[in-house]
Amino acid sequence: METPAELKYAKTDEWVRVEGEFAVIGITDYAQEQLSDVVFVEVPFSIGDKGKKNTQCATVESVKAAADVNFPVSGELVEINDALSSSPELLNSDPFGKAWILKVKMSDPAELNELMDSGAYIKYCEGRH
Amino acid sequence: MAEPTIFEISSAGRIGVKYPSPDVPETPLPVNFARDQLPLPELSEQDVIRHYTRLSKLNYSVDGGFYPLGSCTMKYNPRVNERAARLPGFASVHPFQPVETVQGCLAIMYNLQLWLQEISGFKGVSLQPAAGAQGEFVGVSIIKSYHESRKDSKRTKILIPDSAHGTNPASSAMKGYEIVPIPTDANGDVDLEALRAACDETTAGLMLTNPNTLGLFEKDVVEVIQIVHAAGGLVYGDGANLNALLGIVRPGDLGIDIMHFNLHKTFSTPHGGGGPGSGPVGVASHLVDFLPAPVVDVMEKGTEDMAPLYGFRSPSRTIGRVKSFNGHFGMLVRAFVYISMHGPDGLLSISKYAVLNANYLLAKLKPYYKLPYDRVCMHEFVLEGRWEDAPGVIALDIAKRLMDYGFHPPTNYFPLIVHDALMIEPTETENKQILDAFAEALIKIAGEAKTEPELLKTAPHVTPVGRLDEVKAARDLVLCCWIPELSSP
Amino acid sequence: MFIPHTGSETGEMLKELGLKSIDELFNDVPVEYRFPKLDLPAALSEMEAFSMAQAISQSNESTQDLVCFLGAGAYNHYIPSVVDSVISRGEFFTAYTPYQPEISQGTLQAVFEYQSLIAALTGMDVSNASHYDGATACAEAGVLAYHHFFGKRPRMVVAPSVHPHYRETMRTYLGGYAEIQITGDDPDRDPLSTPDYLISLVDQHTSLVLVQYPDFFGRIFDLTEFAKAVHEKGALLAVAVNPLSLGLLKPPSDFGADIVVGEGQSLGIPLSFGGPYLGIFATRKELVRKLAGRLVGESIDQQGRKGYVLTLTAREQHIRRDKATSNICTNQGLMALASSVYLSALGKHGLKSVANLCYQKAHYAASRIAKVPGFAVLDDSPFFHEFIVHCPESVEDLNLHLLDHGILGGYDLGCDYPSLEDHMLVAVTELVDKEDIDMLCDVLSEVKHG
Repeated sequence: METPAELKYAKTDEWVRVEGEFAVIGITDYAQEQLSDVVFVEVPFSIGDKGKKNTQCATVESVKAAADVNFPVSGELVEINDALSSSPELLNSDPFGKAWILKVKMSDPAELNELMDSGAYIKYCEGRH
Repeated sequence: MAEPTIFEISSAGRIGVKYPSPDVPETPLPVNFARDQLPLPELSEQDVIRHYTRLSKLNYSVDGGFYPLGSCTMKYNPRVNERAARLPGFASVHPFQPVETVQGCLAIMYNLQLWLQEISGFKGVSLQPAAGAQGEFVGVSIIKSYHESRKDSKRTKILIPDSAHGTNPASSAMKGYEIVPIPTDANGDVDLEALRAACDETTAGLMLTNPNTLGLFEKDVVEVIQIVHAAGGLVYGDGANLNALLGIVRPGDLGIDIMHFNLHKTFSTPHGGGGPGSGPVGVASHLVDFLPAPVVDVMEKGTEDMAPLYGFRSPSRTIGRVKSFNGHFGMLVRAFVYISMHGPDGLLSISKYAVLNANYLLAKLKPYYKLPYDRVCMHEFVLEGRWEDAPGVIALDIAKRLMDYGFHPPTNYFPLIVHDALMIEPTETENKQILDAFAEALIKIAGEAKTEPELLKTAPHVTPVGRLDEVKAARDLVLCCWIPELSSP
Repeated sequence: MFIPHTGSETGEMLKELGLKSIDELFNDVPVEYRFPKLDLPAALSEMEAFSMAQAISQSNESTQDLVCFLGAGAYNHYIPSVVDSVISRGEFFTAYTPYQPEISQGTLQAVFEYQSLIAALTGMDVSNASHYDGATACAEAGVLAYHHFFGKRPRMVVAPSVHPHYRETMRTYLGGYAEIQITGDDPDRDPLSTPDYLISLVDQHTSLVLVQYPDFFGRIFDLTEFAKAVHEKGALLAVAVNPLSLGLLKPPSDFGADIVVGEGQSLGIPLSFGGPYLGIFATRKELVRKLAGRLVGESIDQQGRKGYVLTLTAREQHIRRDKATSNICTNQGLMALASSVYLSALGKHGLKSVANLCYQKAHYAASRIAKVPGFAVLDDSPFFHEFIVHCPESVEDLNLHLLDHGILGGYDLGCDYPSLEDHMLVAVTELVDKEDIDMLCDVLSEVKHG
């Protein structure tokens, strides 16, 4: 299981890459493995919308499941990854790179402290069934 | 060999069913409304019959064999039901005919309402809902209207056991309720402590399936209902598993406030390859006024010489209409005939033998498959489709391998609380020899899983097609036939 | 009674379970409620049950005995023999939802073909595998529109000329979403107003506009400009159709509909006192993921053989649970099959013939009734096979009179539209002969007027 060291992780399997005042958000390797082949990704928001931490920011659909992705930090939506609408399978092959889902301008960077670092996330995943 | 689609069989100019020319003077159709292109196939009648006959042979059905789909009650569909529903005095009746001309239809509906009430211990029944899920929607709507009528706006939550069928939370969400999942305890019953903790003044109700989706009768069902009632909530019974309770116990007697019936499960109306079903709803006396419109009632009492006059009426605080016209009348006729052929003793036999068959099969399989909840089951039971010493084999593989033995697999992956669940419901219409053969197949497969797992992983081998690529189906989304006419540049 | 067990088989089974009686299996049931006595009539044999059903059916009058001019959303059409022949095959009607595609290719391919036929008929890109009926299909269109705009456009505009049952059902379904407002069909609005009147009600808070084609009164309107106006406001246009009329008439896709719903009963499904019928739902490919209900898609197996499979199932209740937009599980499978057989057996020529027969006979009837003193036909709009007749007496009385002559009269519009008292909705199908129409006019001319 991949767990890039420079990212932050949420208990609900989202990752955050901090880029100054912006947070790039995606789902982890663990999450994509649980879902198996992803067939669809939907972000039910437009640029400019404001999202709150722990509320839904996207839906990822596979053949056997549909999962909600939550905002790991609050912020204003500034970019959505268009590549996922034509190639949702990127979420399986490159969850931390090409398959980033959206980018927000953080409204409260202190929320980052509530997330786990890669070591803590690995431990957390080991404890799950 | 794959059967081509009707568009592929089509041949330009071929005529199927012919109609006479108009016998009236012609009225021209305004040109701006005339359709240019109608890309439908052109087939002869024999093309149609041959095509659909060949398609039918690719299907497994109850008529063809054992179909132990848990929670679907795939019992035998009596042919007399089909004959009765097709009688012209039923099939050719228009729903808007004057009531005096349809007293027969209304008599069937009125008596079916009464019979379902008697079977379940309820005081009112509406035959409107088209299927179980619609019955659930009606149930949740009645709960909502009931609390609104008492000006109780705090009740925003519906409690649903984690073993529940997906339609339960889906129906509740459609009425804007927040869903609170209630865990199942180690015995397979609703966790009473968790239930007690969850019940408060925000509880609108509990949706309870009994027997539950594990096939187990809730031992403390009376207490479960009392806890919810004490908090001011209502209890909705999902009647999908009623095949275990006919003449055994009446949900209304236990205190259930509302319940839907699945006529296409318990009362033998056929499944039709996906429908139509019928999901009447029964209610306790305090909810009779909320039933969906219309219900059938006696408008004028009968006398010694005259039958009563039946008609439709709208309950005074009805949740409204849930579909057009009068419910699935064709299915109501079938259920009516079915119940009339069983009577009280026959109905009791149905449940007795449904439960005997399930327990018999369970006893045969227990030594070979893990049984997560080791109790007497009702009409169905759930096994785990995996073994420690057969790594990599999952319930799906067992299901696919069963097809090679000529059986329809049981329900897979439901309820969600059991790993690799296999939910098996034999029903009462299967004989001992079939149950023995099915058990033998499953036992063989359990052996194969350890010695020749590849047989399972690559199954099925003898069916018209093998495992289909579901990822490709979802990604490359092809939902229509290729229609040559529409593809020209 | 269909329990096959013999006494000795039952004995053997009990012995294997170590039980003396089946009753012992019910010890979990609270003893005070166990084994209630059910007050039901004693069991009948098949012979007795069928005789009873036959007797009851004979106490009804039906469209077999009466000449039928009654429509209003359910129509008396001729059903070719092939339809029942196919849907009576046990392989079709005793199968269930094709959860195991390898042994359900018959059902799956039939549904795939149904989806294709409906898409072709309505001119849309995709169709689902069915809803319960036209009314619930309209309700699901509302749910789709609501979720499509993420709840931000809570207003829905519905024409008063949409079938009353469809509008009532929409309200029952959409009532769970507190902020949804359905407007356009208020009782003080003239039910005979044309669709253009609705445009003023459409704004940036509107998710859906629903009209019917032909409308409940049988009228047809060119909806091209209407669709443009709806789209200008950013809303979706749903059109409820009579699918049989599309054998003759331009499909709603030509006008720019986003969603086409409808009642499929006219496609080879018996009247059967109101059900089971068939809900049609078709849409553009951009909206396919918002579709409720089952969808069958094409795929291949490991050997490259083409096959069909339920797809996009993650939308549905068994996976999404409370996040599903609809709870539909069982649908109208066998009715969808019936309509596919009907459309296949008639084909492009047959469907056009039937639709044309209905159109021609209805127009003949309208022109003849218009000449009967005391009766007026409202004909300021083109119509398909139904039209409104203003009668000199109450429709109820008139229909009783017609019944005495073996005629089933039209629908009493006063039941749903207060301003249309004494107005009858008359439907004419291919089963009505010229002689029947002439006889109707003879009987009508006996009615006192003026």
